[in-house]
Amino acid sequence: MQRSASAFKQQAELALRDEVLQRALAKAKGGFVDKRRLAVANLPEFETIRTAAKSLKEHTLAHLDFYLEQFEQRVVASGGQVHWAGNAQEACSAVLEILGDQPRQVLKGKSMVSEEISLNAALEAVGHTIVETDLGEYIIQLAKERPSHIIAPAVHKTRDQITDLFHAEHVKYGYTERVTEVKAIVDEARAVLREKFLNADVGITGANFLIAETGSTVIVTNEGNGDLSQILPRVHIVTASIEKVVPTLDDMATLLRLLARSATGQEMTSYNTISTGPRRESDRDGPQEFHVVIVDNGRSEMLGNEFHDMLRCIRCGACMNHCPVYSAIGGHAYGWVYPGPMGSVLTPVMIGLENARDLPTACTLNGRCAEVCPMSIPLPDMLRELRVKEHERKLTGARTRIALQAWAFAARRPMLYQTITRWFTAVLGRFGARNGRFRSLPFASGWTQARDLPAPQGATFQQQWRRHR
Amino acid sequence: MSTAREAIFRRIRQSLGRTDRGAPPPSSWRAALESDVRPRLDREPVDNFVHKLESVSGTVQRIDSSSSLIDALAEHLDRHRLGTRLSAAEYPVLAGIEWPAEWEIHTGPARGDDRVSVTGAFAGVAETGTVVILSSPESPTTLNFLPDDHIVVLRSEQIVAHLEDVWQRLREHTPGLPRTVNLITGPSRTADVEQTIQLGAHGPRRFHVILIEA
Amino acid sequence: MTPDPANHASPRIGLFVTCLIDLFRPSVGFAAVKLLEQAGCSVSVPRAQTCCGQPAYNNGDNQTTADIAKQIITAFESFDYVVAASGSCIGMLKKHYPVVFKDDPAWFDRANALAARSHELTGFLVDVLDRSIAGAEFADTVTYHDSCSGLRELGVKSQPRQLLAQVDGLALTEMEDSEVCCGFGGTFCVKYPKISERMVSDKSANICAAQAGCVLGGDLGCLLNIAGRLKREGHRVKVYHVAEVLAGMADRPAIGESES
Repeated sequence: MQRSASAFKQQAELALRDEVLQRALAKAKGGFVDKRRLAVANLPEFETIRTAAKSLKEHTLAHLDFYLEQFEQRVVASGGQVHWAGNAQEACSAVLEILGDQPRQVLKGKSMVSEEISLNAALEAVGHTIVETDLGEYIIQLAKERPSHIIAPAVHKTRDQITDLFHAEHVKYGYTERVTEVKAIVDEARAVLREKFLNADVGITGANFLIAETGSTVIVTNEGNGDLSQILPRVHIVTASIEKVVPTLDDMATLLRLLARSATGQEMTSYNTISTGPRRESDRDGPQEFHVVIVDNGRSEMLGNEFHDMLRCIRCGACMNHCPVYSAIGGHAYGWVYPGPMGSVLTPVMIGLENARDLPTACTLNGRCAEVCPMSIPLPDMLRELRVKEHERKLTGARTRIALQAWAFAARRPMLYQTITRWFTAVLGRFGARNGRFRSLPFASGWTQARDLPAPQGATFQQQWRRHR
Repeated sequence: MSTAREAIFRRIRQSLGRTDRGAPPPSSWRAALESDVRPRLDREPVDNFVHKLESVSGTVQRIDSSSSLIDALAEHLDRHRLGTRLSAAEYPVLAGIEWPAEWEIHTGPARGDDRVSVTGAFAGVAETGTVVILSSPESPTTLNFLPDDHIVVLRSEQIVAHLEDVWQRLREHTPGLPRTVNLITGPSRTADVEQTIQLGAHGPRRFHVILIEA
Repeated sequence: MTPDPANHASPRIGLFVTCLIDLFRPSVGFAAVKLLEQAGCSVSVPRAQTCCGQPAYNNGDNQTTADIAKQIITAFESFDYVVAASGSCIGMLKKHYPVVFKDDPAWFDRANALAARSHELTGFLVDVLDRSIAGAEFADTVTYHDSCSGLRELGVKSQPRQLLAQVDGLALTEMEDSEVCCGFGGTFCVKYPKISERMVSDKSANICAAQAGCVLGGDLGCLLNIAGRLKREGHRVKVYHVAEVLAGMADRPAIGESES
């Protein structure tokens, strides 16, 4: 996956000026929030389940090796194969090896891990053809873009843009009319993709859960594309990261109760599919081969360190849906695979803080993400932890450092501080008294470019207090 | 076998502060979670199942005996002008059925242009209005996804309260799971175009349950 | 208005002024003092206070944060309570000082002791003192912005509304998204001015849509940001700290306004 997290600030400013993107974001805003709020309100047990979910995930992480081994054994016992990949390159190699030398028609269900390991590029580079089958993923594949949201990958696209895109790309299949209504757009995608489904060799899906008890992989989808991708082709490959494992089906049920509600506000996603091994001997459909590629890619090192809590993430997207920064700039500005609050933690951890140093600071620490996180991940605390690392590694900008050092010098010396502030308020208070505010101030342009600066009342509180009492 | 595997396990154990495999988790760990995570149902299980499925655009037809099954099917096919060509699973509930002579019944996997499928189910889940279907030679999974209309015949005694009850029944049913366990809750849907919900993305456009309350 | 010296039971409050109130709007500090004294407290203002340390803490400088935190802990150790008219600064004392000293047992204990005695003003009046306010009047419709730290770190939500309901003539009308961040975020607003501008514009639009004459809040940082944006956009909605209205001291120019 191409990285541009280091250009966050420029990308964010471009996004703010992009009127089409802003229209798309405005449409999305609120919908996710309202639906989640209603779904949570309708489940009195939500907090109880949330607490249990955290405990069960922590238990699993504390015995991660045990459950992964158990999962592996059960996959093999049911006739499947497990492939281990330490990093992105090993993961892509594992998939390439399964595909073999012939160029394959490959269907893909939505998988964020596959984005993380840049699987499509690796497969296309050696001649395989990839078709993304989730409608949102399909749209952005046609647009040659990347997901801007982990559960709504094309949330940044307006209907008009999709109409244009389909018109340009589907003429070759005989669809010459422009489709403008949502139903017609969906129907056209259904028809085009139906042909692809029926003629593919290999299906690749992600996994929302790996069940150690049964050696099953589980996908959660609304469209049914993930199911068609895995039951029609001869080979089903699952790409999943190590922290997806849970001990039993019961544990999955606990997490499912949180996942759909937090993600889309549904009580249950349309299709929850538990896949175990290849088709049985007498089965009349289903894949003949079943492979699970288990990807680490830095996660084993997060276990037990300051970013450990992030491994509880079930990828619901609630944090970004509730993030005012995300809703202002959309997902692409974050510059890598995972956007929003969870991405602002994961991206620096996975691709290096020096390549993503804006992400931890581009946050007001307003705490709304942690408030809605179904897995109680303390996202603001982890962003602050990353800021500590930036400070220690001197990755913060020189201007910020100097300004903070000067401020810190005074703030540790109350008498000096109060002398300076007396002078400061006296001067600003005098110049600001006429209007009560400043439209611009040379040393505060960061502030005054967006808003006026209210003028101080004239004397500091300390000064007035000492005078009066 | 693979060095990647060993390296991953080594790193995991290192991070967990262990050098070897360590003891398996004590069986008491689940009891320590204590809390009951099964949501309380607001209605009787069968009513709750119907209510929940209908609230996600599924439809339910309640009949009181399997003898009215063909009539119920005919009514549904007629209402939506679906014709009388069906792809049918050979689930027990459908195995002994006497199909009307003029209907065209196919068994086996679905084909890409199938219009309607009829299947049975392993269970219904009251909590969420979910239908559970297991893959088997008699019940190919493609029947659940390729046709535009999916009709499920379910007996009310198959409805359990919670997902956990399904797992329990599954554990009693077979050692190990079938290739595919589908938990289906309503028709296929997408909101990928401007967050507008549209039914019938890739899977069935309509999902209909005929519930036999005997 | 000094507390009755004979009343030894009156709680001794150390007022944590907060740097923004000290610099920009001392009247909020005096409003807090008035409210606390009306509620029977005796209020002192330790001189050895500057700031709670958030600028350092939120920029990853834990050493400076610890230095400043020690200064505050020492200055306020002798009081029954520490009160500030700011959810954000009290959130820092209550939730973050203990974290800063997690590896320093002696200071960790002192930080926890301080945290247990620290309260945001409206929360203190309602939850600790269980006091009603008397005699305040404010003849206008107001809307309330829930500042993030107070809301999510301290659970300040109903308390200011409960108190505002006791103000004669005041009508509260809620704005859309009152719990969504205004885009201040301390140094965030000057580091990412464009993103901050979008956030505060959204806030301003919601405030205007509520059709109130006045917007109130409990954190001066947010209020300076909101007032600055409302003025920049040319709106006439007035901005006050909730303490000023509760203390009947909202007769002076609103934030960002002049005497004229």
